[in-house]
Amino acid sequence: MKKQLTLFNEYKKGIWDQNPVFKMLLGLCPVLAVTVSAMNGIAMALATTFVLTFSSFIISLIRKLVPTQVRIASYILIIATFVTVVDLVMRAQFPALSKELGPYIPLIVVNCLILGRQEAFSSKNNPLRSVVDALGMGTGFLIALASLGGIREILGSRTLLGLQVLPDMFEPWLVMILPAGAFLTLGVMLGFLNYLTLRNKRKTDEAQLAHHPELPIIDTSIRQG
Amino acid sequence: MELILIFLSAALVNNFVLAYFLGICPFVGVSNKLSSAVPMGLATTFVMVITAIVTWLIYHLILVPYEVEYLQYVSFILVIASLVQFVEMFVRKVSQPLYRALGIFLPLITTNCSILGLALFMVLKEYSFVEGIFYGVGAGAGFTLAITAMAGIREELELADVPKSFRGAPITMVVAGLLALAFMGFAGMITV
Repeated sequence: MKKQLTLFNEYKKGIWDQNPVFKMLLGLCPVLAVTVSAMNGIAMALATTFVLTFSSFIISLIRKLVPTQVRIASYILIIATFVTVVDLVMRAQFPALSKELGPYIPLIVVNCLILGRQEAFSSKNNPLRSVVDALGMGTGFLIALASLGGIREILGSRTLLGLQVLPDMFEPWLVMILPAGAFLTLGVMLGFLNYLTLRNKRKTDEAQLAHHPELPIIDTSIRQG
Repeated sequence: MELILIFLSAALVNNFVLAYFLGICPFVGVSNKLSSAVPMGLATTFVMVITAIVTWLIYHLILVPYEVEYLQYVSFILVIASLVQFVEMFVRKVSQPLYRALGIFLPLITTNCSILGLALFMVLKEYSFVEGIFYGVGAGAGFTLAITAMAGIREELELADVPKSFRGAPITMVVAGLLALAFMGFAGMITV
């Protein structure tokens, strides 16, 4: 049966077990589009986290008032309102950054990560849990965007957060800052993470076998039957 | 001539999927088989053209005259969501075979970022009404092209011996990367 997680675990699951990018492949459009540099990735992730947290809060407050037939439309309206807030604030406070991220800030509206969390979590849980869940997912999103942006920035332009980290003799890989580099980097990262998960799983399986030698016997009996 | 350039630029050079990363979710999710990728591409193209027309009218006839441009995200997404709903109802009434072919894909299109992206890019590029329609057709054609090519490759990939940890999403991403690299060949061909 499904247990109520503690608040901390609710937060933690977004970082690894259900990481929106690496595990659930949600919200990939901004992930790929803005991660030319680590800074862009971080800014994008913070903007998304802001929208996610506030819309989760509001939606979980009104979750019992909204009829199911019109829920998606009302969720999208709430999300779009917060995206407008973020967009206006960024334009006023960080004009350069806002220009660089361009239309990808308004596109947070249709980020499947946000609507997905509302549908899967906020519409069923109380405001506190929803906010914690949103912060966890936001952190997971931040980690994914920052690491992807970092790798692409280091290999593509020798810098990290604008500071040079690789010597001049290193020839920058042009492909990394091109669209193709985004797909390739994410593909290789996903493959590597899968490899780690598979290896861990094999290790725990072997450890279990060592602790419970009776397990394989059950296994063979099933096969015989 | 200008219009043809806009069409080609949206379809090939600035391909929505492979250069702007719009509509990645259906691109990854529905590109398993050619038989579902082609209808998805056509349905998206259809919605894109209607969106281009309607959002242009809304932006230039309502938002600009009343100086409420800041409402564009809210109004665009609302219009797109209801538009998709209407298209679904209309298609179901008019043509049953078409509805069966497109039916399940239509609701998915609402959260396809390429549709909202199209509306936003049109505002940014300050296209006229006719240019906007051509832009919509071009973007749709580009999306169809990309998702069809991807589905074709993935059908072949079924037979390939992919390392275990790269099966599924990772290899799809790598293939998309190579496809994007191939589309780079069009870069610089047309500048609009």
